[in-house]
Amino acid sequence: MPNRSLVLKVLSAVIVFSAWEIAGRIPVSYAFPTFLESMNALVHMTIDGRLFSAYAETLQPLAVGIAISATLGIALGLWIGLSSWFDWLFSPIFIVMQAAPLAALIPLLVMAYGIGLTSKVFVVCIMAMPVIVLNTAGAVRNTPTSLTEMGRSFLASDYEVILKIIIPAASPVIFSGLRLGISAGFIGAILSELKITPTGIGDIITYSRSIADYPSMYAAIFSIIFLAVLFLNLLEKIEATLFAGNVRGYVSD
Amino acid sequence: MDMSPTRKNVVEASGFKVENAVSTRKISKNYGPVEALRNLSLDFPKGQLTSLLGPSGCGKTTLLKIIAGLLEPTSGEVEVNGRAVTGPGPDRAFVFQDFALLPWASVLRNVAFGLELRGVAKSEREAVAEKYIRDVGLAGFEKNYPHELSGGMRQRVGLARALAVDSEVLLMDEPFSAVDEQTRRKFQEDLLNLVQTENKTFIFVTHSIEEAVYVSDQIAILLPRPSRVSEIIRPAGFRSKGAENIRRDLEYLDIVDRIWASLRTYVE
Repeated sequence: MPNRSLVLKVLSAVIVFSAWEIAGRIPVSYAFPTFLESMNALVHMTIDGRLFSAYAETLQPLAVGIAISATLGIALGLWIGLSSWFDWLFSPIFIVMQAAPLAALIPLLVMAYGIGLTSKVFVVCIMAMPVIVLNTAGAVRNTPTSLTEMGRSFLASDYEVILKIIIPAASPVIFSGLRLGISAGFIGAILSELKITPTGIGDIITYSRSIADYPSMYAAIFSIIFLAVLFLNLLEKIEATLFAGNVRGYVSD
Repeated sequence: MDMSPTRKNVVEASGFKVENAVSTRKISKNYGPVEALRNLSLDFPKGQLTSLLGPSGCGKTTLLKIIAGLLEPTSGEVEVNGRAVTGPGPDRAFVFQDFALLPWASVLRNVAFGLELRGVAKSEREAVAEKYIRDVGLAGFEKNYPHELSGGMRQRVGLARALAVDSEVLLMDEPFSAVDEQTRRKFQEDLLNLVQTENKTFIFVTHSIEEAVYVSDQIAILLPRPSRVSEIIRPAGFRSKGAENIRRDLEYLDIVDRIWASLRTYVE
């Protein structure tokens, strides 16, 4: 069946949304709206334009942070994976970054960089970069020796070995790092809007909660998750176009 | 003590002197305190297939990688057609035990990869690759990816890649050890044809005695601790009798037995 994966995706969405609807109707909590109420609020926010102006705010630190994390993260990861010296120098920073309780560090960031875009970009980067760097470095370090030997024996320069063998060989793990890193970046973007200054989607969430407009609050949360899922799907498409052989299908197919 | 009983030039039965495509002179290789190879000298006659045979840990793959220029010897030198080897070169191509195919690249790109690295234009290298894909019997699989092929077919891709760069020396590191028995037999027969039709020098590492005797013009038996060439065997009689008659030839069986007798004490 050609569209099996699409059918499965729709089916899982239907199950999740039905469960949400039922839980909202019981209700599990006064503060938990049903799926339909939330969608209704989402439509209203879209029509009156609040959603768009909110995303115009939220997407700034998100896009900048993710762009920096992806390019710098992959470059640093490559470097760390290729040289034990850079591994020694940089790895600890990212391991600490990954384990650090970010919410507790935000006041420090605000003291250093103020309450503007810079601090928010930092939050996104701190969330997104470690896993991108560490995944890239690990994948590069674990490139099968026989592949690099093959490249050298067929007269590849060091540059060609990196570009044509090491990076493509590492690409499945680099992309899984990107997926994890970018979803963490989305969390970071919202976290920064909740913890630093309420702007964009973070503002809708905070404000709606303060006036007990829970459908709007959940609609905003839903929209950011939806955007993240769309973006991750796009990333998957990019991977499949760049490295067609990475798509191996499923064992049971 | 002289570790190298083969330093004199190999003389064919007919009396013609055979040129050597590859010679190793007093190669030693140490990994820290471990001595992998000591003073190893060996000649590989042009246009013939030489097997390096020995128990595991005797340094045969190390020697092959030194010839390939992938490893530096601690001392000694390798000459290919009279020129000293300082690294990988266009005169040698390598066939890997685990195939070493690029999983993200199609069969066509894999076979053309050696030419791609040499800067050959795309249309030209793909034409060459297509020819060798046909030669190894994989026509129709150009667009497939390695994971869609069986082990035997993958090694055919590896072989086509090595043939496509048209180097004089083909270095094969246990190329058939990861494929099943029936495929291996077919490969061995194909290899005999290849030695006949392609004017190349083959250096073939194997741990299978039968395989070595079946495919080789010359078998170098390597023994470990310290690694050295203990014996050179040149089967004379059965090579001309056709691929299907070799395995019941008396000389073939004798040589297999003789090699096992000398190796068995080294196998625990």
